[in-house]
Amino acid sequence: MGTTSPATTRNLFEQETGLTSGPGLDPSAVAGYPDHPPRVGFFTDTSVCIGCKACEVACKEWNNVPEDGLVLTGMSYDNTADLSASTWRHVAFIEQPAADGDGDLRWLMASNVCKHCSQAACLDVCPTGALMRTEFGTVVVQDDICNGCGYCVSACPFGVIGRSETDGGAHKCTLCYDRIGDGLMPACAKACPTESIQFGPLDELRERAHQRVADLHTAGQPDARLYGADPADGIGGAGAMFLLLDEPEVYGLPPDPVVTTRDLPRMWRHAATAAGSIIAAVVVACAGGRR
Amino acid sequence: MAECHPVGFQWVMEAKARGATVIHVDPRFTRTSAVSDVYVPIRAGADIAFVGGLINYVLQNERYFRDYVVAYTNAATILTEEFADTEDLDGVFSGLNTEERYYDFDTWRYQGAEVKPASGEHTDPDARQSHAGAGQSNGDRRRQAIRGNLRRAGRGEAHGSGGAAAHPKPDTDETLQHPRCVFQVLKRHFARYTPELVEKVAGVPQDQFARVCRLITENSGRDRTTAFVYSLGWTQHTVGVQYIRTAAILQALLGNMGRPGGGILALRGHASIQGSTDIPTLFDLLPGYLPMPYADGNDSLADYVRAESVQSGFWANTREYLVSLLKAWWGDAATAGNDFCYDYLPRLTGSHSTYETVLAQLDGTCKGYFLYGQNPAVGSANARMQRLGMANLDWLVVRDLVMIESATWWKDGPEIQTGEMRTEDIGTEVFFLPVAAHTEKSGSFTNTQRLLQWHHQAVEPAGDARSDLQFTYELGRRIRAKLAASQAGADQPILDLTWDYPTTGELAEPDADAVLAEINGHGPDGQPLTSYTQLAADGSTACGCWIYCGVRAEGINQAARRRPWQEQSWVAPDWGWAWPANRRVLYNRASADPQGKPWSERKALVWWDADLGTWTGPDVPDFVADRPPEYRPPDGATGVAAISGSHPFIMQADGKAWLFAPAGLVDGPLPAHYEPQESPFRNIVYGQQHNPVRQLIRHPEDRFQPSGSQPGSDVFPYVTTTYRLTEHHTAGGMSRFLPYLSELQPEMFCEVSPQLAAERGLEHLGWATIITARAAIEARVLVTERIRPLEIQGRILHQVGLPWHWGPNGYTTGDAANELAHLALDPNVHIQEDKAMACDIQPGRRPRGPALRTLVRAYQDRAGITDTTGTEM
Repeated sequence: MGTTSPATTRNLFEQETGLTSGPGLDPSAVAGYPDHPPRVGFFTDTSVCIGCKACEVACKEWNNVPEDGLVLTGMSYDNTADLSASTWRHVAFIEQPAADGDGDLRWLMASNVCKHCSQAACLDVCPTGALMRTEFGTVVVQDDICNGCGYCVSACPFGVIGRSETDGGAHKCTLCYDRIGDGLMPACAKACPTESIQFGPLDELRERAHQRVADLHTAGQPDARLYGADPADGIGGAGAMFLLLDEPEVYGLPPDPVVTTRDLPRMWRHAATAAGSIIAAVVVACAGGRR
Repeated sequence: MAECHPVGFQWVMEAKARGATVIHVDPRFTRTSAVSDVYVPIRAGADIAFVGGLINYVLQNERYFRDYVVAYTNAATILTEEFADTEDLDGVFSGLNTEERYYDFDTWRYQGAEVKPASGEHTDPDARQSHAGAGQSNGDRRRQAIRGNLRRAGRGEAHGSGGAAAHPKPDTDETLQHPRCVFQVLKRHFARYTPELVEKVAGVPQDQFARVCRLITENSGRDRTTAFVYSLGWTQHTVGVQYIRTAAILQALLGNMGRPGGGILALRGHASIQGSTDIPTLFDLLPGYLPMPYADGNDSLADYVRAESVQSGFWANTREYLVSLLKAWWGDAATAGNDFCYDYLPRLTGSHSTYETVLAQLDGTCKGYFLYGQNPAVGSANARMQRLGMANLDWLVVRDLVMIESATWWKDGPEIQTGEMRTEDIGTEVFFLPVAAHTEKSGSFTNTQRLLQWHHQAVEPAGDARSDLQFTYELGRRIRAKLAASQAGADQPILDLTWDYPTTGELAEPDADAVLAEINGHGPDGQPLTSYTQLAADGSTACGCWIYCGVRAEGINQAARRRPWQEQSWVAPDWGWAWPANRRVLYNRASADPQGKPWSERKALVWWDADLGTWTGPDVPDFVADRPPEYRPPDGATGVAAISGSHPFIMQADGKAWLFAPAGLVDGPLPAHYEPQESPFRNIVYGQQHNPVRQLIRHPEDRFQPSGSQPGSDVFPYVTTTYRLTEHHTAGGMSRFLPYLSELQPEMFCEVSPQLAAERGLEHLGWATIITARAAIEARVLVTERIRPLEIQGRILHQVGLPWHWGPNGYTTGDAANELAHLALDPNVHIQEDKAMACDIQPGRRPRGPALRTLVRAYQDRAGITDTTGTEM
């Protein structure tokens, strides 16, 4: 599958630095793929999304993700509600009523997905190595290794991963690892009729995304902005970026996501210092006691 | 379009990305509205007022494409003195027979050397009689009854574009000043469709209307074109055909027909609906829009040809088309000596649309019913009547993918629940046959662009599933085996059929390519034909559908071609195959000026190359290839020779786009706004409330509601319209049974505005009951600002949105919106009006058991509904 075995190499960098990757770093190289294909990802342009949900269905069909309940949520046409172990693509529908009650009704639609973070907390916290970085720079759960501990669920700053109630394992978007390895497009991008979901090398997508925002600004849509496209952000940039037409919170996205393991090294250092201090104090106390 | 045709909508998004302005007009704010530049809310059932207003704007402000209009439309044509417009008769046209409720067409005529129709004699068996005159004899009355039947049968689709019955050389005034020229008649007719009227009738504010007027006219002319796209929101009305006529008039005035980026595009309800009218599943048509013979006036092949063909244009070759069809069907048995088996064709005696079929079931004359992928128990208007009809059959064959409601109503349908029917009392023998899906068989789809695209079988059908082709072929074989010894005349058409298709695969499915070969046709040498111009009237050619001739030219399946767009011209002629003759834009001669030069470089499509002496361009010219622009037919010319070099509309007898339709429509030569059959409003455009010749199916199970200012109208104060959701497909057979689709829209719902919710006490996600004179259904409530109250005639109107996908079976279940619909139909094409009905809505679930019918009867009583309510002309 890959050019090297990720399971044995993924923690080398981590052992030395305490980080899985960092801003500007190449996550695949960091994960131990010295000779790897270009990093790939999604650019989801919500300005052309028509809310058809073909991405949701194509994802479930290809990946055999189970149907998960007939619930009329009342949240506009969104009856999927959220990403979870059984929903790897989720189209959000946001009705924005006109302020003056006349005219400017807006209906935003956006297909959400795993961000395949450059700094992926899920990967950091996984105790079994079930979560891995692929040679494409994406993050994948290996079902046969996952023990269902659920650490990744709480570690994800986006609430992407969920644990299945049927098999107990954690599941999320694989960016169709089995398709892209064969040179195919992920199922969601393939099914999208309006090219709202675009797949490709991340560098190209980022360039395209910036161009699209500039075009929309010129066309009189000043609200257009990118989300997850900045390698200097709290997750080192996402492998799945978005063009949004409003604040991220409107779409249910955290405005300033941070890899939840960011502070772990510092915390461990503080803990070590504290432990050292306690030991020193005990030693001192014991030494004092002898007197 | 984004809602129901998301795949096709990618091209709208592509156009938008290239700078196109997208305008969306709809009673509700949909996924299409969400990505459109302009959204225009409108009252359901008021589009003729809206588009009529656009026509008036174009005429009053002289924004029409004058050179195009004068040369290519019938604007200059002078009408007879006898024609009287709605302006003269307060909302009806001349020729209205108020007793039998049909129009005589005699007065809707061009003035010319001959007043008699050029063709279509049978459609006016007593054209020389004074119409609706006093002192009628029995013979007159009989002829009148026949005529009424004929009108009711509708002939709107005959000749595809209504090519019959116009004189090719009428009197004209190219200055457009003659008071009776079409242009002046049109101007007077639409003068009352002012912005103020549009606002009052359709609820479109004047500033918004002005914006649409500006956008459309600025984007039409020599350099630019505008396209209209419509779906069933335009067709399912008692004036459905006239909706589209209104757009046709506007597009012809703006010069947007026969040109790239122009046109009026009909989006169909599902795959290959275009194909099912080309090679029709309709009672009144033969393949290629040849009219089905009528019992009166089509007695022999010669009579038929005399009555149905025209003097000039390609319909003059009707005999060639029909004889070739008869040869395809009856082969060697069809000879010149027996009129090529013309008498084997059935004859119409009136309308036999799907709704008359239900009446025939109810009265016991229709005893058997085949349903091929159709689910009338929830999918047809007045679904209850459909089930009652099926309960009165001897046998019913349901062919579908899953156990749809039409296959199980006898054990668990709504009438079993209310106690009106008991399974043990129902005599209908029901056969359910599982069918092959499109992936399990080969065949073609014909889309709205008339493009045939072949699909190849991927896997063999599973289990007992078989293709419809296999079933029909096998059924025919068995029937023929049973009749083999018969000498009865009635059995000969079946015994003489060419019925010998090769089979393929382990299940011995008939070879679809062989059927395509029969449709394409062959010459006397047995070789495939390449063009319909090769068809002969002497029986030497056979062709199953003349407009499809060439789809298998050179013995190659042209519909299976898939050359990538990067490897061919922008017209992409090598992707699939479009009828006729692989032309991608119909009437594309109109993309060039009368001299044969493109109107503009930007919009060039075909043009005259004088050096080569031929029409050329990236598209296949829709014209006689070597006919120079300056060609004028000599006196007495007929058929193709009679087509002028500057008349692009070659299927019309006069070669012109019809602003005024002298023939082809049974309810008026011009569109006029009439209120829907059931409307909370009085018609303020004319004194005439409804389409006077709308078709009414009158039956105790199909009661109509009072309208406008009639007493009881206020019992049904709201307007409801039915529609589809992206997540589901038509009556649900292909979506409600699938978990992945069901979870996306898991329950039947109604959409209401916050204002209506407050007025009626409806709670978001609560239940509501929607009631009409036919039924009461329940639905979950979605309160949304996407449904906007409109101000109509000075008062606020609330509209209720109802998706129509649900029924009692499947993975997600719910009440069917079609329970509510009535059977007042468009008189041209017999389509029901479920896009604009009046209703009431109340909070809470509907009653169960017998109480359900009690509720409906209580509403009927409150509104004072009788068997005559709503049936006035």
